[in-house]
Amino acid sequence: MKKDHYILGIETSCDETAASVVKNGTEIVSSIVSSQIQQQKQFGGVVPEIASRLHVEQITLVIEEALREAEIVPKDLEAVAVTEGPGLVGALLIGVNAAKAFAFANQLPLIGVHHIAGHVYANQLMHPMEFPLLALIVSGGHTELVVMKSHGSFELIGETRDDAAGEAYDKVARVLGLPYPGGPQVDRLALESEQSIDFPRAWLEADSYDFSFSGLKSAVINYKHNIEQKGGQIDPQHVAAGFQQSVVDVLTVKTVKAAKQFDVKQVIAAGGVAANQGLRKSLTEALQKEGIPFYVPPIALCTDNAAMIAAAGYEMWKSGVRSDSTMNGRPGMPLKSWN
Amino acid sequence: MIWLGIDTANSPLSVAIVKDGELLIEESSMMKVNHSLRAMPAVEEVCRKTSISPSEIDAIAVSEGPGSYTGVRIGVTIAKTLAWTLGKPLYGVSSLKSLAMNGQLYNGLLCPLFDARRSNVYSAIYRMAGEELVSVMEDQHCALAELLEQLKEMKEPILFIGEDVKLHEQSIREQLGEQAKFASFAVNVPRASSVISLAMRAEQADSVHSFTPQYRRITEAEVNLVKKEPTNE
Ligand SMILES: [Zn+2]
Repeated sequence: MKKDHYILGIETSCDETAASVVKNGTEIVSSIVSSQIQQQKQFGGVVPEIASRLHVEQITLVIEEALREAEIVPKDLEAVAVTEGPGLVGALLIGVNAAKAFAFANQLPLIGVHHIAGHVYANQLMHPMEFPLLALIVSGGHTELVVMKSHGSFELIGETRDDAAGEAYDKVARVLGLPYPGGPQVDRLALESEQSIDFPRAWLEADSYDFSFSGLKSAVINYKHNIEQKGGQIDPQHVAAGFQQSVVDVLTVKTVKAAKQFDVKQVIAAGGVAANQGLRKSLTEALQKEGIPFYVPPIALCTDNAAMIAAAGYEMWKSGVRSDSTMNGRPGMPLKSWN
Repeated sequence: MIWLGIDTANSPLSVAIVKDGELLIEESSMMKVNHSLRAMPAVEEVCRKTSISPSEIDAIAVSEGPGSYTGVRIGVTIAKTLAWTLGKPLYGVSSLKSLAMNGQLYNGLLCPLFDARRSNVYSAIYRMAGEELVSVMEDQHCALAELLEQLKEMKEPILFIGEDVKLHEQSIREQLGEQAKFASFAVNVPRASSVISLAMRAEQADSVHSFTPQYRRITEAEVNLVKKEPTNE
């Protein structure tokens, strides 16, 4: 009989304290996410010091809950995988040090996982990955296009030069007076709207897969300013729709272009903004037209969670990747291949 | 009974193991090292050098603050994770009180102090009463000037303890003159063995899960929030 391999995943890179047990890299046995949204809401965004304080309060509870729900004891585990970076440094340090202490106490190998590799591997929990594949990672901290030719091999072909897509969403939400977190509300307003304001799209150089959203954000602010100076009022729905269309257009066109150029077998989307209905619809339709399979995990696996870290950790563990107790939280960690 | 002690509350790092009332090993460094990088390796090292496996540890004592927010959190996170997963009791000890232990032979007031920037300090006042260190002024975050004013009124010799004392030595001397005493650098090293020694006489943490650092200060974001919201009084 083949032995099952269980990995404990831990994630604390931003404002969710999360732990999960994943079986054989593909099956979620438990996934606990303690979100700080309620506490951070009053500050209108994530305050790093508050995030760190809340992680310390939650960390052992969340890990215990993940093990209990999975009915797993530490000796059943193969390894502990933890988000090493990128993210908020103070927040990362809580997960990293908890993981190191847990690994030492239970004499388990320790594996430091890149947060984006985690988002990509969230898909492995739904569908087997087929290579080459193209991953679009869109969240509050990231906007990246990554080509993978095999497990553990990442080629970053495009990224944002300024704001991340999710960041732009949150800023525009604030301009529209929507409460934090505003991204999902902009999406909702946009979907309800019959009309949209025409905002610019930043295509950058013809051959570039990079993104830029700060110009769009300024265009929205200027638009509001101009109307209000003339004593008028903006229609938040029309603005949301126009903004969303601009973001989704650029993301979709560049993703489809890259998918064709790299002749990929599948395209996957990941990250918090991958939960955006407008983006999902646009990518699904555009890729269907090209006959390229497109997968996006359910919302709970798009936003930050520890199952994705355990899933990536499993592949790293299989490849013999190990960290030691000198592991540090790395806020600016680059995405590196392990294969 | 085997105790593991950890102090990462400020830039120095100290870890120790006490077995049956005897200090087996203590490793302390005043180097400005990154605790996230160095704390767990130091814990592993003292265990390895004493041939003690993690499961043999009976109790964990940690310096709970005040101090550097990040430093305190790293020590507390390690300590609470170890205590929880090993199923052993956890003890939190004031970082100021454990530093005051360095002056336990001094006959007078003890004033451990950490710099908190902008002329503020984390400080407290203790004195020895028999074998025990008793609190004269609680651990707090305060303006140095305020602290010195209070000390002046006590009209007793005071021993200042901590590596940050040198940052404020001039102001202290100006305010307190001969009342202020400064010890050699050897007295300024926070010691994890002191954390253990105090933990032995302290109450264990009610719940490992809800154990959190004693920051002694709310965050800037919370201060601003209170300022924005007028009170209903
Ligand atoms: Zn993320």
